[in-house]
Amino acid sequence: MGENIFTGIAESLRAFLYGAGVPPLASELIVLIVKLLAVIIFVSLNVVWLVYMERKIAAYIQCRIGPNRVGPKGLLQTVADVVKLLAKEIIIPRRVDKVVYLAAPILVFVPPMLAFAVIPWGDGMAPIDLNIGVFYILAVGSLSTIIFWMGGWSSNNKYSLVGGMRVVAQMVSYELPLVLSLLGVIMLTGTLSITEIVNAQRGTWFIFAQPLAFLIYFIAGVSEVNRVPFDLVEGESEIIAGPYTEYSGMAYAMYMLAEYGNMMVISCMCTIMFLGGWLAPFGWTFLPSWFWFFIKVYLMIFIFMWIRWTYPRIRVDQLLGFGWKVLVPLSLANIFVTGVGMYIYRAIGW
Amino acid sequence: MVLSEWTGVLLFFIGGLLVGGGAIVTSYLIHPRRIQAQKYEPYECGVDTIGPTWVQFKTSYFLYALLFVIFDVETIYLYPWAVKFQSLGLFAFIEMIIFLFILIVGLWYAWKEGALEWK
Amino acid sequence: MEGIWTAVAFYLLAATIVVSALLVVMLKNIVHSVLWLAVCFVSMGGLFLTLDADFLAAVQVLVYAGAVCIMVVFGIMLIQRGNMGSTNLFNNQTKAAAGVVALVLVVCGYLAATTPWASPAFAVPEKTVESIAEIMLTKYVIPFEVAAILLLVALVGAIFLAKEVKKADAHND
Repeated sequence: MGENIFTGIAESLRAFLYGAGVPPLASELIVLIVKLLAVIIFVSLNVVWLVYMERKIAAYIQCRIGPNRVGPKGLLQTVADVVKLLAKEIIIPRRVDKVVYLAAPILVFVPPMLAFAVIPWGDGMAPIDLNIGVFYILAVGSLSTIIFWMGGWSSNNKYSLVGGMRVVAQMVSYELPLVLSLLGVIMLTGTLSITEIVNAQRGTWFIFAQPLAFLIYFIAGVSEVNRVPFDLVEGESEIIAGPYTEYSGMAYAMYMLAEYGNMMVISCMCTIMFLGGWLAPFGWTFLPSWFWFFIKVYLMIFIFMWIRWTYPRIRVDQLLGFGWKVLVPLSLANIFVTGVGMYIYRAIGW
Repeated sequence: MVLSEWTGVLLFFIGGLLVGGGAIVTSYLIHPRRIQAQKYEPYECGVDTIGPTWVQFKTSYFLYALLFVIFDVETIYLYPWAVKFQSLGLFAFIEMIIFLFILIVGLWYAWKEGALEWK
Repeated sequence: MEGIWTAVAFYLLAATIVVSALLVVMLKNIVHSVLWLAVCFVSMGGLFLTLDADFLAAVQVLVYAGAVCIMVVFGIMLIQRGNMGSTNLFNNQTKAAAGVVALVLVVCGYLAATTPWASPAFAVPEKTVESIAEIMLTKYVIPFEVAAILLLVALVGAIFLAKEVKKADAHND
């Protein structure tokens, strides 16, 4: 039934390498590199598709048609855009800090890439299955803050610098609720391993056990990827494009790639932690596990886009106030309620 | 598993660098260069930039960063506790409530002193 | 085989740490110093990995590279300097610093050479997080709660200081 096509490929590759007499160390390495390439290709294709999807959704929400010239239904629009950006000059303005200025767009895709390394794209399809998977994703996710700031600081541009400072203030304020909201799920499962967390949701998805945590995580996630209504970082009507103002060509494209990459990471995490990962709803196992994972991730991404084209941007004081005065206390309360609730459940014989 | 999982993580790190570096280097090799003085000015809506770029920022930013560091340290205590929550029993739960209470006092103080306000 | 690669990883990481730490103190531009500090912290995380302490490695990245660096960055943005090229003002005492470092190196080297290193009685547990939680919440409860109070004190102190700065700012305007 198409179940485990990909794990099958990995197994046969391993068997082939074993048969060819490749030493185990080298064959493990080859399998890992194949996985890495698969993830890179999959993610790049997704990002290209997501940019197109975003424009189409925006168009339909605004009663337009959207891109429809390049390729059937405009499907090749983003491909054309990428090729165009590749051939554009990467302008290095006067008095920028060259090394930092160029290092930022190179580094910016590393945190999402590191996060993709542990995401299970289906049953048993995590490239690497770590014991501390969830915590690891949070740790590497926290690295993107300073990379965005590097871009903003090095540009020698006031808009960029203001944008860079806002990136840090915003991401820092929303990282706390992001980290704290996952604790409820960890308490229920007693593990940090992503595979075990997904398997623990065979009974009920945690969106039903932890609805508040899901909401907090989602809101903080929207803010972490700097999207509307929390896109003060690159609010185009006030600070041009924030940290990316001076970037052009492929350097700019890398930031966009990383933004969509980060959005995918947050959607994947929502799916894993709250929507049952690759598990099929209602026992509909006639579709393979990776397909369910894919559908759930895309559902989350669609909600991201839907929100973007529905809500206006909020003010910076509202943004930070909301993070610190509403989301942080709420997520702490959620931990407390979860703990007490679990004791009550146990007392009445769970 | 012969290799440690972290070798894989290292590999993905290198992969991420190669994606970014590869894209930028490819573009650098093929993109045109037409030198015009104005093109290399900082972008400021067509107006010449005035004064230094790296200006002083207000203390509110620093306060948020400090609060963040402190609560970030708190969360790393919470994670091991949450993992062992079910087996450690009521005593550990009460310990953690005390721990959280002390820090909530801190949050309350920050709130009261207006450190959470954006002024 | 395993041991060799661990050793290679250790020496590579150690070299990165030493070089980046040196750059932190030697560079003239303080922002570059901070960025190298981040590199240093991440490599420290790698060092924890060679000891099989995966949770601590993640903590190192999350707290130091992700939070402490940010705090230093904001601290830098508080000071006003037109020319970023000469912001790291306290790095002209190279000779004295080299002397002190050499002394520390000799003392540490001597101590390391003379200490009889006992190999640990039992291997590192597979799941480090659980072990940390058990020890932290049973044997070391008091230090754990003291840590909370320490954090509270740091928080109150920081807010108090920032308030003074704010007042001074308002006075200057």
